[in-house]
Amino acid sequence: MHAMVYRGPYRVRVEEKDAPRIEHPNDAIVRVELAAICGSDLHLFHGLMPDTRVGSTFGHEFIGVVEEVGPSVQNLQVGDRVMVPFNIYCGSCFFCARGLYANCHNVNPNATAVGGIYGYSHTTGGYDGGQAQLVRVPFADVGPSKIPGWMADEDAVLLTDAVATGYFGAQLGSIHEGDVVLVLGAGPVGLVAARSAWLMGAGRVIVIDHLEYRLAKAREFAFAETYNFTEHDDIVVHVKKITDHLGADVVIDAVGAEADGNLLQHVIAAKLKLQGGSPVALNWAIDAARKGGTVSVMGAYGPMFSAVKFGDAMNKGLTLRMNQCHVKRQWPRLFEHLRNGHLRPSEIVTHRVPLEHIAEGYHIFSAKLDGCIKPLVVL
Amino acid sequence: MAYTRNKPPLPETPEQLRARIPGWGVDLDRADRPAVPRERFDPDATGAHWDVPDQQPELRPRERSVEHARLTPVFGTAVPLKGVSGAIRRYSYARFSEGRAAHWLLLILADRVDVVESTLSALVAGRPDNPVAETGIRSELSHHGWSSRVGRGRADVGHLVLDPVVVAAPWVVGGAAVVVAVRAALRRRRA
Repeated sequence: MHAMVYRGPYRVRVEEKDAPRIEHPNDAIVRVELAAICGSDLHLFHGLMPDTRVGSTFGHEFIGVVEEVGPSVQNLQVGDRVMVPFNIYCGSCFFCARGLYANCHNVNPNATAVGGIYGYSHTTGGYDGGQAQLVRVPFADVGPSKIPGWMADEDAVLLTDAVATGYFGAQLGSIHEGDVVLVLGAGPVGLVAARSAWLMGAGRVIVIDHLEYRLAKAREFAFAETYNFTEHDDIVVHVKKITDHLGADVVIDAVGAEADGNLLQHVIAAKLKLQGGSPVALNWAIDAARKGGTVSVMGAYGPMFSAVKFGDAMNKGLTLRMNQCHVKRQWPRLFEHLRNGHLRPSEIVTHRVPLEHIAEGYHIFSAKLDGCIKPLVVL
Repeated sequence: MAYTRNKPPLPETPEQLRARIPGWGVDLDRADRPAVPRERFDPDATGAHWDVPDQQPELRPRERSVEHARLTPVFGTAVPLKGVSGAIRRYSYARFSEGRAAHWLLLILADRVDVVESTLSALVAGRPDNPVAETGIRSELSHHGWSSRVGRGRADVGHLVLDPVVVAAPWVVGGAAVVVAVRAALRRRRA
């Protein structure tokens, strides 16, 4: 089969690779029809995530058709069209039994701090991902869902991570009616988080980024008030000024490990890999939140330490909430929002790249060329 | 002026927001949001029809965190350990917990060694790497590389020059190591 293969930092190519096989009785093999490149895939692409092995296939956002099922699979049949959450989870461990699917303890031998994720290094279990013609889907009776007939494919693939994670990020903010919600980062997750904040009754939604075209999308897609941090000497002071010097009730970090805004921090983390991630956005979130406010972290960081300002977080009495999203737990509500037109995920898709040209897709997304917000991979 | 007890007024009323934004407030009830409560014990909700999952066969020794009691029932087999990078990774997993920086720094070192090993083995196998194709750099020409950056006030342009350094670093370090090793070997032979 053809698959995207990692060759080293900033380098990927398409190779002929052995087709995946059933390795566990509850495995399925899915023929991928549509996949996406996630912003967090760029951390792998840039060599930031430890134990990213040459030869790995990335991709944790994908939909497709069931090609083969293991002997214990009951809920899926060959030919079913399925959307697959980015979480790999068993459904029966201590954490899964409590709805914490992203924290499953039975799928990742390489680390206890993170669950299993498709195509996201051996640090998350060593599974190949969906930027390939075929992919192994463990615990097929637990993770995948059949795609409803009314749902567009592009919406379905975005629900497997970006949309669910953005909505989850707003939820972790515990938004009350009338709250001022600040979203750092106008990528796919930030855009959905900003849009979702309104659904939860926010009184004001502010989005900050440095890419003007993404801020324009935040105004159009998420009805947000936007600011470009490069136009302000100190963006935190600006946030204070526009919130009567109190700060935002809720701040959502939708940037993560490669945050810009401080050259030194960015270089130490994203280029030299000496931190788990650039803490710029997270520190801005801590500084920009009001005392007693909530910071929701949806940005992905590596497992190493980062220079985060916990002293200020403590002194301000902040509530810090974070997790990988338990995707399937969000789906019933998100399906409703799609049907009612409250969320229109496919509006954030800007590029559709054939698998054979995936190296260009990664570069366009990584370098933010051509107004890129969300690239899909077409198989 | 002193700060007061009142929350600053919002620019729009709930009625105005409801009229302007589709779906405003439909998830206002915090108790009725999908992730609330955070932990909800409901083992029958997942689709799992087992108490304990079957064990995936371990066909070759599988590295694991020392913080795990045992090999997990299911695990990925994407790229098994091999070569020098594999030895570094094996040592890192066996020796250091996830709480130790050494664990992660060794894994990152192994990633760089892996790049050199894999590039050399691809060359030997007749499937050499093509940095131009693999970096997707040609899209700079086809997708407005210049106009996407210049005059846009982007914060990332300042460190753009470092990206090629990241790509080339393993080669520079590897090349230097080879030179040092060869010179040392020649010196020993002369002596």
